[in-house]
Amino acid sequence: MLEIVDLSVSIGGKQVLNGVNLRIGPGETHALFGPNGTGKTTLLNAIAGIPRYVVESGRIMFKGQDITRMSMDQRARLGIGMAFQRPPAIRGLKLKDLIKIINPKADGPTILKELDFEPFANRDVNRGFSGGEVKRSEMVQLLAQQPDFVMLDEPDSGVDLENIKLIGEAINQLTEKDTRPSKRTKSGLLITHFGHILEYMKADRAHVMLNGSIVCSGNPKEILDQIKKSGYEGCVACLCPA
Amino acid sequence: MPVPSVEARAKEAHKKKALYGTDVDLESYESEAKPHEKVQDAEELPSVVKKAALDVGVKLDKESSGAYVQMDQTPVIAKSLYDGVEIMDMASALKKYDYLQDYWWKLVAPDADKYTADVAQSPPAGYFIRAKKGMKTVFPVKSCLYLGSTNLNQRVHNVIIAEKGSELHVITGCTTPAHVQRGLHVGVSEFFIQKNAKISFTMIHSWGKEVEVRPRTGITIAEGGSLSNNYICLRPVKTLQTFPTATLAGRGAVASFNTVIYSSMGNIDVGSNVNLNAPDTSAESISRVVSVGGEVIARGRMTGTVPGARAHLECVGLLLSEKGRIYSIPELDGRSKDLDMSHEAAVGRISEEELEYLMARGLSSEEATSVIVRGFLDVEIKGLPEELKQEIRNITQREDLKGA
Repeated sequence: MLEIVDLSVSIGGKQVLNGVNLRIGPGETHALFGPNGTGKTTLLNAIAGIPRYVVESGRIMFKGQDITRMSMDQRARLGIGMAFQRPPAIRGLKLKDLIKIINPKADGPTILKELDFEPFANRDVNRGFSGGEVKRSEMVQLLAQQPDFVMLDEPDSGVDLENIKLIGEAINQLTEKDTRPSKRTKSGLLITHFGHILEYMKADRAHVMLNGSIVCSGNPKEILDQIKKSGYEGCVACLCPA
Repeated sequence: MPVPSVEARAKEAHKKKALYGTDVDLESYESEAKPHEKVQDAEELPSVVKKAALDVGVKLDKESSGAYVQMDQTPVIAKSLYDGVEIMDMASALKKYDYLQDYWWKLVAPDADKYTADVAQSPPAGYFIRAKKGMKTVFPVKSCLYLGSTNLNQRVHNVIIAEKGSELHVITGCTTPAHVQRGLHVGVSEFFIQKNAKISFTMIHSWGKEVEVRPRTGITIAEGGSLSNNYICLRPVKTLQTFPTATLAGRGAVASFNTVIYSSMGNIDVGSNVNLNAPDTSAESISRVVSVGGEVIARGRMTGTVPGARAHLECVGLLLSEKGRIYSIPELDGRSKDLDMSHEAAVGRISEEELEYLMARGLSSEEATSVIVRGFLDVEIKGLPEELKQEIRNITQREDLKGA
């Protein structure tokens, strides 16, 4: 599905990612751990194709195509979706209208209901939404978009316990976790700090990012336990010694 | 000393330049227009007029309290469909009601500038609308001022009186058909909102590239009265200048102005001016300007003279082209203690973050720009009937509004 080869990315002339390699197969969902400022969001934004994130070297392959130089909307139409960490508010654009614009065939009312978000249908997108509401708004839009590969930037931050469950279920739906593993085709990559969301959704593999590189990969639960026990660097030293 | 007559004052001012806006050479326009035939029913209007009216949101059907249509200088129909509202052409109204002299030129000065002077020196044409005491209408009165002759100076003088406790909605579309190459429209309007009465007035302009427009509006609002004034101009115009003035004269009076401009050329100078002269009055003025070309000056002035008055101004502009200019001038004039007056003004481009956000959902850069621009122009207007809100939405959400 997605293959990242030796990817280096800079923002405003400052290099943030150094030779990242990552491969996510069809039907797989991966989690990405790492301290603040280590480049996790940069990786997602570079995959999404935000122009400020300049690819210095390496390439991004998606569904067998090199998308490294593709525009954001082309990538989205090819099947890449992203839940932003801090999305902007859009004045005058109602959420229910955005759902229709994203996908005229989407069943807006059902999607809104699933995320217990009906009262927000007539509100301007993200305008005056709380942290947790923003996350649900992102999930609603992704369920309308139905990407083949979904990226989630801290979908659990600022979300209360009841709603974390709803968001976890939405992620499972987006990544077809209700389907037998052999039948799954959709994939995902998510960033989480505390792993709360992993109690409600299934991740197949996890990676630790330090200083702009992926330095350790393995079972999500094992990695998270190690991080909790001995910190990011301790985890790497223990599980993936150089 | 005797008070000079309207005529004498107008004569004095016939060369007086306006405070704002580019100067128009009145002599270069013709003041005489060929008269048009009157009709009994809006259905009988020429189809070109009906089509033009529809384009400015004026659907001349049964779903209205009445209609007024003026072609050039001829009022072709002035008809009420509802007992609570009286609609007449101005000349007939002046003949019928002596008391109208107490309203005529009382809120707009005939010698304000050469445009008002010109209207004052011309035979009266325009509408007289009176919402009768305590009568509330739901359907709007629909009017269309149609400038159909090239080179004409179309002069209009309207008076609206909302009597005590009444409620009135008026939608006015002003337009020229495509074949009119050049023209001038000067419209004087005087609105009297009496105690506890409520008016919503929505004006939609659609002019030609060589048309100049000078509306002159004065409004007074008595105790407990309210005004919702909406102005929309999304089509090219050569020059346009208007600065309607509302005076909140009675306790608790409320005025709200919404202005939506999409500029692609020319010189547009618009705004609103509110005097808060009574306790517990409040005023709000919101303007949204998108420029892909041309110059737009967005003014807003609020003057608070008594304690407890509240006013808020909001001028926001999106400048989408090198060729455009948006000059935002919010003014607050506090002249008393215990006032609450504020403003916010911003001029800028479309936020990259918003564009990227929508592009990440699969919208092209052009589609995303168009969605953001339309959202920006979709001003939430309070206090209008749902149907009218929808009509305004249809106008501001047209597909042909794009970024540069």
